[in-house]
Amino acid sequence: MNEQQRSLHCIPKSLIVLLVTLLGLQIALHYQLPPPRLQVQKLTPPPRIELLRVFSLGDPIMGAKILMLWLQAFDNQSGQFLSYKQLNYTALQQWMEQILLLDPQSQYPLLAASHLYSTVKEPQKQKQMLEFVYNQFFVDPSHRWPWLAHAIIVAKHRLRDLPLALKYAQAIATHTTDDMPGWAQEMQIFILEDMGELEQARLVIGGMLASGKVTDLNEIRFLNDKLRHLEEKSKEYTNHSELKQSQ
Amino acid sequence: MIRQILTLAAYVALEALRTRFFAVIVILLFISFGLAAFLGQVAIIETQAIQSSLLAAFLRLGAVYVISLFVITSMVHEFHDHSIYLLLSLPIQRSTYFVGKFSGFALVAFITATLFGAALLIYVPYQQVGLWTLSLLCELLIVTALSLWCVLTFHHAIQASSVVLGFYILARSIDAIQLMAQGPLNNSQSSLDQFVNTLIKLLAMLLPNLERFTQSEWLVYHTGNLSNLIEIVLQTVIYVILLVTMSLFDLYRKNL
Repeated sequence: MNEQQRSLHCIPKSLIVLLVTLLGLQIALHYQLPPPRLQVQKLTPPPRIELLRVFSLGDPIMGAKILMLWLQAFDNQSGQFLSYKQLNYTALQQWMEQILLLDPQSQYPLLAASHLYSTVKEPQKQKQMLEFVYNQFFVDPSHRWPWLAHAIIVAKHRLRDLPLALKYAQAIATHTTDDMPGWAQEMQIFILEDMGELEQARLVIGGMLASGKVTDLNEIRFLNDKLRHLEEKSKEYTNHSELKQSQ
Repeated sequence: MIRQILTLAAYVALEALRTRFFAVIVILLFISFGLAAFLGQVAIIETQAIQSSLLAAFLRLGAVYVISLFVITSMVHEFHDHSIYLLLSLPIQRSTYFVGKFSGFALVAFITATLFGAALLIYVPYQQVGLWTLSLLCELLIVTALSLWCVLTFHHAIQASSVVLGFYILARSIDAIQLMAQGPLNNSQSSLDQFVNTLIKLLAMLLPNLERFTQSEWLVYHTGNLSNLIEIVLQTVIYVILLVTMSLFDLYRKNL
């Protein structure tokens, strides 16, 4: 290739001077320009699902994956991290709903809602994410129960909202599938116990044992032990309140 | 005739080698692996699903882009340096010339599809990769035939590549566009809406349904099966023969 090129001496000197001058001017201009300013972009509601399908070029799974990664990285703008409090959670939820419509088998939006966006220090926004997971659970209970199970933990321990945790636990218990582990169905027992609803907890255990669906011997033993423990606790509680009344 | 076709095809493959076409393919493969490694760092769960789907999408679009560009620039070059006149002055039929050229481009498309398919074996079982690769080859054959037809019709690279790009985007999204047009929000009965709806229906009728080709879903959820492939092969056979016939129609009418 070099053999086909003429010597550097063949280039007019004025052209070389012009080249160097313009390069210098370009560099000088760069330093004269104001430094890039950070402008935080607001999360806007997503377009209609049909439009997202068109932009996916006939490959909605790929479109969903790209959108999810973009959404996950939205709080990191120009190298600056935004707090989740600054995000518009209604738009965020709408984006995640659209992503699930594009790729219904994906678990990513549910993980993001239950593990990432629910860590925001605003109870209202936390509840919004948990409600999103709760509503999405009914679409495919057999695959989406782990995220609702996590929502129960968040509601119970972070929000300290036991009725909310119970609502989620009961949803899991009423939509059990064969591949769902026993502990997921039993979560409502512990919440009822924490709420002091011992009688109801006993009824739930009794119902589970009577249904014949629990076949694992260890699990049956555990439930029987728990039933006995609840009965004792219930008796203690009754005795304690009778004693208090007589005093 | 077969010998002439094979010779022409071999020359196309040689041109691909000499113009460093396969170097571009190797660079694309390296970029795609870099992209996959980056995505692996970003994703929290479904890492392999994200890597395979985005890698596949990148490779598919890359393959369509380089193949169509190669076909168009190669043919435009042939027109500009008048080698087509030289070839057609020899005792060779125009159909033989065209089929020879198409076979050469198809061979290049086959090598590209195979290399890109092999890259996905890291993430996906071979059965689904095989299906994806065959589907990509079918997609590339349609793009090759279309690029040839465009270049014979328009003679210029910009017009031909613009038409190929527009055709490809439309063919891959025509299903979604149809759904949009038939959606509950579009109940308007105005004559303009009816005209647009009819136009979309007509386009859907004439375009190959590329949305069913080379799906990421096969790689992510392993849902691809033989019936998908049969449908794709049938669509490819019909559409490639249609485009080849259209190109030959143009070529025979040309006063070369």
